[in-house]
Amino acid sequence: MAAIEIDIKYVAHLARLALTSDEEKKLASQLGNVLGYIEKLKELDIAGVEPTAHAVPMINVTRPDEIRPSLPHEAALHNAPAQANGLFIVPKIVE
Amino acid sequence: MLNQLTISELTVGLARREVSAREVMQSCLDRIASVDDKIHAFISHNDADALAQADAADRLLAAGGVKAERPLLGVPVAIKDVIAVKNQRLNCGSKILGRFISPYDATVIEKLRSAGAIVFGRLNMDEFAMGSSTENSAFGVTRNPWDPTRIPGGSSGGSAAAVVADETIAALGSDTGGSIRQPAALCGCVGLKPTYGRVSRYGLVAFASSLDQIGTFAKSIRDAATLLGVIAGHDARDSTSVPRPVPDYAAALDGNVQGLKLGLPKEYLIGGLDPEVKVAVDAAVKKFQELGAEIVEISLPHTDYAVATYYIIATAEASANLARFDGIRYGARVEGADPIELYGRTRGAGFGAEVKRRIILGTYVLSSGYYDAYYLRAQKVRTLIRRDFLQAFEKVDAIITPTSPTAAFKIGEKFDDPLQMYLSDIFTISCNLAGICGVSLPCGFTQAPKLPMGLQLLGKPFGEETILRLGHAYEQSVPWQREKPPL
Repeated sequence: MAAIEIDIKYVAHLARLALTSDEEKKLASQLGNVLGYIEKLKELDIAGVEPTAHAVPMINVTRPDEIRPSLPHEAALHNAPAQANGLFIVPKIVE
Repeated sequence: MLNQLTISELTVGLARREVSAREVMQSCLDRIASVDDKIHAFISHNDADALAQADAADRLLAAGGVKAERPLLGVPVAIKDVIAVKNQRLNCGSKILGRFISPYDATVIEKLRSAGAIVFGRLNMDEFAMGSSTENSAFGVTRNPWDPTRIPGGSSGGSAAAVVADETIAALGSDTGGSIRQPAALCGCVGLKPTYGRVSRYGLVAFASSLDQIGTFAKSIRDAATLLGVIAGHDARDSTSVPRPVPDYAAALDGNVQGLKLGLPKEYLIGGLDPEVKVAVDAAVKKFQELGAEIVEISLPHTDYAVATYYIIATAEASANLARFDGIRYGARVEGADPIELYGRTRGAGFGAEVKRRIILGTYVLSSGYYDAYYLRAQKVRTLIRRDFLQAFEKVDAIITPTSPTAAFKIGEKFDDPLQMYLSDIFTISCNLAGICGVSLPCGFTQAPKLPMGLQLLGKPFGEETILRLGHAYEQSVPWQREKPPL
């Protein structure tokens, strides 16, 4: 099973993961091997097969659109790395 | 020693007031103080809180004994670090959650508490449940109680090790591709993964939402059955939990397996299987025949594709589930000039290598241009794998396999070869893909060194009663349960 090349920099950007160049090299090699192994799925004939998103016979599980008690504001902020005035502090988003 | 007893034995003693909940809890804490520096099953444990819960249990016991609705009154149950317990740290074996304190109890924790259990401890695990060796924790490696130079299995390595070392009477873990069953096999205890949807995932930090399930570690099948009865059940807060009544699992354990058909999948007995494991499972098959079960050869033709299917679906789902760890609302944060830089740096610093590997793989297989070739294809193969099992279950009542192709390997042995590590999940992984139930129980020991081996019983969806019935009959006819590690 031949290894596959993957654009690690691009995928890491999609995943919002800052990697060192050592990590990039190692990941490219390890994941190349894993993807090479995964190629075996192409051997199978899947014509007409429905995908299984999840294995239980449940669909459209809903509840009435009513307000119910949820996590109190303070509890939601309790673990915030940076907060003020009941809000999460973030770096500037828009110039 | 009180910490060595099972739930069944303890509840009798507690109800008769021959022993107090405090004595039981203290016995576990003493054992932890004595051996946990050798095996590191626990990330943390709050002794004062545990003893306070024990005292509260003792007051209830004095007032009226163990009632049917409190089947776990006074019984210590330790918790894998991936399940939310109110006011306790929730780290999932990772640095990225920083000093996060859970603001709520998971549904299973609420159920344990209603049943009277003493909920304590944070058990070590592979980071975000990604791993098969508990070498991927940001909080150190857990060691196998039978040989501390070897892995306990993963990702619920701490749970398995704690139960086997008698640091706790029972434990909860989670299983996405084998993370309960494999460590149970490698450490030598019972590990049960219920059918997907049997137990609520509310309060379980998600790894792969279509595969995850909370399950139980116990010293006997009867204990596993009792625990399952407590944690199972529909939960409106988990829209994937199934509204199906919870049977009395312990009532099915009468030792009678006459006429039950046990399937032996021919694909599971070739290649990579350690000879000693094969001998042990063959012997177990003969034992089942002696007990009155009928062995039927079956075929699960898509077995060979299960690992590849899993590592697309699980990593894809994980890449989505772990997107929430962004340093904004909780956990650790590394500052950045803009949010993108903050996210990248926070996640780069906070996640370990295995988690990064899986996030990258999962992101890749979902990305534009690759979704059809990988993720959609894997979901279709998943249908084929599920069909294999449903068709097999038309012919047999349960399926028997080894749990793991080998006994515990050395710490560090597979750490640098992720693919080798992934391939060791071959027997457990299909169960999660197919949405069926599975239990691992001890079936013997390797010669030198003496290491536990496990056999796995797979049951049809919501077929836990059958696999527990079979497991119990086997367990009662062999001596493995009575062996303790030389700690």
